[in-house]
Amino acid sequence: MSNAAITADQSAAKPGTRNRDLIIFAILLAIGLVAPALIYPVFLMKVLCFALFACAFNLLIGYVGLLSFGHAMFFGFAAYVSGYSVKAWGFSPELGILAGTACAALLGLVTGLLAIRRQGIYFAMVTLALSQMVFFYCVQAKFTGGEDGIQAIPRRALFGLIDVKSDIAFYYLVLAIFCFGFLVIWRAIHSPFGQVLKAIRENEPRAISLGYRVDQYKLLAFVLSATLAGLAGATKALVFQLASLTDVTWQMSGEVVLMTLVGGMGTVFGPIVGAAIIITMQNYLAGFGEWVLVIQGFIFVIVVLAFRKGIVGEIQDWWTRRVNKA
Amino acid sequence: MFELLGIPPQALFGQLLLGLINGAFYAMLSLGLAVIFGLLNVINFTHGAQYMMGAFAAWMLLEWGGVPYWGSLILVPVIIGATGVAMEKLFLKRLYHLDHLYGLLLTFGLALILEGFFRKQFGSSGLPYPNPLPGGTRLDFMFLPNYRAWVVVASLVLCFGTWFMIERTKLGSYLRAATERPDLVQAFGINVPRMITLTYGFGVGLAALAGVLAAPIYNVNPVMGSNLIIIVFAVVVIGGMGSILGAIITGFALGIIEGLTKVFYPEASNTVIFIIMAIVLMVKPAGLFGTPK
Repeated sequence: MSNAAITADQSAAKPGTRNRDLIIFAILLAIGLVAPALIYPVFLMKVLCFALFACAFNLLIGYVGLLSFGHAMFFGFAAYVSGYSVKAWGFSPELGILAGTACAALLGLVTGLLAIRRQGIYFAMVTLALSQMVFFYCVQAKFTGGEDGIQAIPRRALFGLIDVKSDIAFYYLVLAIFCFGFLVIWRAIHSPFGQVLKAIRENEPRAISLGYRVDQYKLLAFVLSATLAGLAGATKALVFQLASLTDVTWQMSGEVVLMTLVGGMGTVFGPIVGAAIIITMQNYLAGFGEWVLVIQGFIFVIVVLAFRKGIVGEIQDWWTRRVNKA
Repeated sequence: MFELLGIPPQALFGQLLLGLINGAFYAMLSLGLAVIFGLLNVINFTHGAQYMMGAFAAWMLLEWGGVPYWGSLILVPVIIGATGVAMEKLFLKRLYHLDHLYGLLLTFGLALILEGFFRKQFGSSGLPYPNPLPGGTRLDFMFLPNYRAWVVVASLVLCFGTWFMIERTKLGSYLRAATERPDLVQAFGINVPRMITLTYGFGVGLAALAGVLAAPIYNVNPVMGSNLIIIVFAVVVIGGMGSILGAIITGFALGIIEGLTKVFYPEASNTVIFIIMAIVLMVKPAGLFGTPK
């Protein structure tokens, strides 16, 4: 099977782009800090949760070249765990999120051990099948509440001290969580560990012959990605005070693929842009019911056929061309 | 003996038959996936949607055109196969030079379009399709409905017919050769791009035919395909896509195992195939009939 890179990410290695990334991140953070004054905070929190989910997914597809078609299992399962622990055991938000994230990490370890035994297309099919298994488990298990899900999850005080009942207060918590997750990913892909991941993506046999234990690197990346996807899901459950089957379905796995694809696979900021676009679109199209599925399908087809680099990828390309010309 | 286990033979054989029928569909669909993957290197995510379209086409032909079941059995695979040919020419062809994952993403998008469209038009509750072979035979240990017996026989004929065509005929040898070395086969003067197009059309037609066979058993439902395709993916991972016969055997075997699980431990019947997949991945990562690459 060809190891041709699914994305072109030559930029991350250049020293100049590091500063550029940090400047962009600072600008985005500034926007994030003032945004709730202009935009409905619940919507913003939704975007942030999905942006983190997409960034976590992008870590695998963009930097290791592994297409997971089952990331909803981490997102949705962590949502259930955090929702249940907060509602039934009276956990405070930070403990609930931590519990959900830890379970996602564990699930990532188990499924990762299985999934990394196959590559390419098989990897996608294995992850899809495993996530369907988790879906069926969630349908049957008692604690998930079946079709009803876990509803009316209370928003307790953070650390038992800080009141986060208002959406504005909770928004800043979500923003902080997002920044934490994003910086973890950013640090990972710019570390020696991230360089090895890229080497595996570009040419796995060569990475093996250089003496890297490829499977361990892949597994670590998989677990990291699953953990952060779980962090996003656990947070989302507390934002909407709801954990439901929707979050574990294969459609959800497809959505995160779509977000990352639209924004640009293997770009640092692409998943954020993609998540913002897809969530906005869903908001506007909420009244159209099934057409949302059709439109998402069309976007998939158009992006795959016409601009595979995604929005941020195309902008980066244009930028590089312009700089090279000057 | 069965009474000793606390399970009446009717229930046991009833579930076995149900498992055999499910297995027949797993086998037919994974066979189509394997044939398409062999030549196109594309995992056809649209396969489930095309199976669903087959069932809907049969329903439409009956409701709107008065075409009976037996006519649909011939017409539907041709019609849906033709849409497959168009799809290959319009979209898939443009992706062969890229990473295989793009083929998966494209066909996933197409599956979403088709499923969403049918859900919008027909709702998701399902439409009934009349049974063309009502009645059945009373055997000593169970009641065998005629139509279900027909599905098992038809799918076996179909599967082994496909196997025979690919493994034992001249056309099949071209196909296998093109799977190995398309460039060489092309150099011998065989039109490989056309062969690829027709192979995709054939695989899609097979899915549509499975859809027609399924219509009288399961309701005609827009989500029937997406529910099935994920299980079929697991079947393909278990069997490995290298072998046609392997796909057939794995499909039937897993259907029967699923049926037996429904009898002995119903809670796990939804997940048993995925659990088997996990075990196979641990023991023989390349799949039961696959060869490590």
